[in-house]
Amino acid sequence: MRISKSPWLLHYDGSSCNGCDIEVLAATTPRFDVERFGIINTGNPRHADIFLCTGGVNSQNQDVVRQIYDQMPDPKVVLACGICACDGGIFKECYNILGGTDTVIPVDVYVPGCAVRPEALIDGVVKALKILDEKADKMKHGGYRSLTSAEYAEKLKEGENA
Amino acid sequence: MTITGTAVLLIYLILTPFIVCGFSGVDRVVTARMQGRKGPGLMQPWYDLVKLFSKETTSVNDIQKILVMAHCFFAIFSGAIFFAGGDILLVLFALTMAEVFLILAAYSANAAYSEIGAQRELIQMMAYEPITLLTAVGFYLSAGTFRVDELIQGDLPLIVKMPGFFIGFYYILIIKFRKSPFDLATSHHAHQEVIKGLTGDLSGPVYGFSELAELYEEMLMLGISGLFFITSNPLSFIWAFVAVIIILFSMSLIDNIFPRVKWEVLLTTAWIVTLFAGGGNLAVLGAVGK
Repeated sequence: MRISKSPWLLHYDGSSCNGCDIEVLAATTPRFDVERFGIINTGNPRHADIFLCTGGVNSQNQDVVRQIYDQMPDPKVVLACGICACDGGIFKECYNILGGTDTVIPVDVYVPGCAVRPEALIDGVVKALKILDEKADKMKHGGYRSLTSAEYAEKLKEGENA
Repeated sequence: MTITGTAVLLIYLILTPFIVCGFSGVDRVVTARMQGRKGPGLMQPWYDLVKLFSKETTSVNDIQKILVMAHCFFAIFSGAIFFAGGDILLVLFALTMAEVFLILAAYSANAAYSEIGAQRELIQMMAYEPITLLTAVGFYLSAGTFRVDELIQGDLPLIVKMPGFFIGFYYILIIKFRKSPFDLATSHHAHQEVIKGLTGDLSGPVYGFSELAELYEEMLMLGISGLFFITSNPLSFIWAFVAVIIILFSMSLIDNIFPRVKWEVLLTTAWIVTLFAGGGNLAVLGAVGK
């Protein structure tokens, strides 16, 4: 059985203008019935498989994003939803914005858009499910483990120095 | 133990996850249809359970894993005594023990929402324990035995003599199945924080074991509901099965109709039902017995 049959997701709003959040929440309302694909909006990192992050990361919530990510058990994937989550977007130059989600945790799928279109969002989740399955396979065969946020920070630092 | 007893026990141990996942799958589809949605496939609860076991084992502390395993063991154990035809009092006490381990696991996380969940579960226990024990007494007064294999040998279904106990038991079934309006500690639906408090800090296989225990516990509850309808006539198993299906459907209906209540309402109504339905039935049985 593939893990993508039961993807539980967690939605976190970084410093979004709420445009993307409205799109994400609209897609998970009973009207569109995502439960038919086994998707549950858990809101609990310990139960989640997919981390849906909207908006850029700012200096106040960076630890929150790290903690949510670290609390999720493997295999897990991170989706940056909307241009702000991808690289900071319109808020990029603000004094408090660090940039996109990938400034603090590793991102698997980038979904651009302002706000993110429902079609793009669905496409992003489908891509994320594929990656989730691949990670589950790697975990089964080779003892794969995602980077923790601390290891990711180290890696980023090395990249800067090099 | 007889050959039939052993066979029933083995069927219980091996098939319970499949049977209850099936019921739960139907429940999710029925719920979705009631809300005008298509709903997931029938196998969805099974996919969810298998997925949890394929995830990484993480735990907030070492004792939590042991406590959840103990919870799972005692949940399976209490059902095993029941389906092997053992003493119903022992079944209920073993079940209480299972619950206590889960509550300890939630407390051990030392997290705000887990603690609220654990407290709410304790309140739920306080609400349902009186009627479960009274029902066991009712079984004794009507059939003269606590043993399940002797309770199913009557000429008349037990519900004839104990309708009040059945009403009381039905009321607390809503709590045991974690259905709205009484899903205070943890719920089957997508929730977080307070309403998922009890299981909020369990993850991966540890959460999987608590879900597995839930399945065995639900099977036991369905078994006790069926016990009210079974007689020495083999055909009565069909009636018991139909009754169980009706009970399950009514649970989905209640879940969809009623909003979640405060714990005060849960406790007072559960005790009022226990007092009047259970207590009244007990008084009648006692008077007739003499």
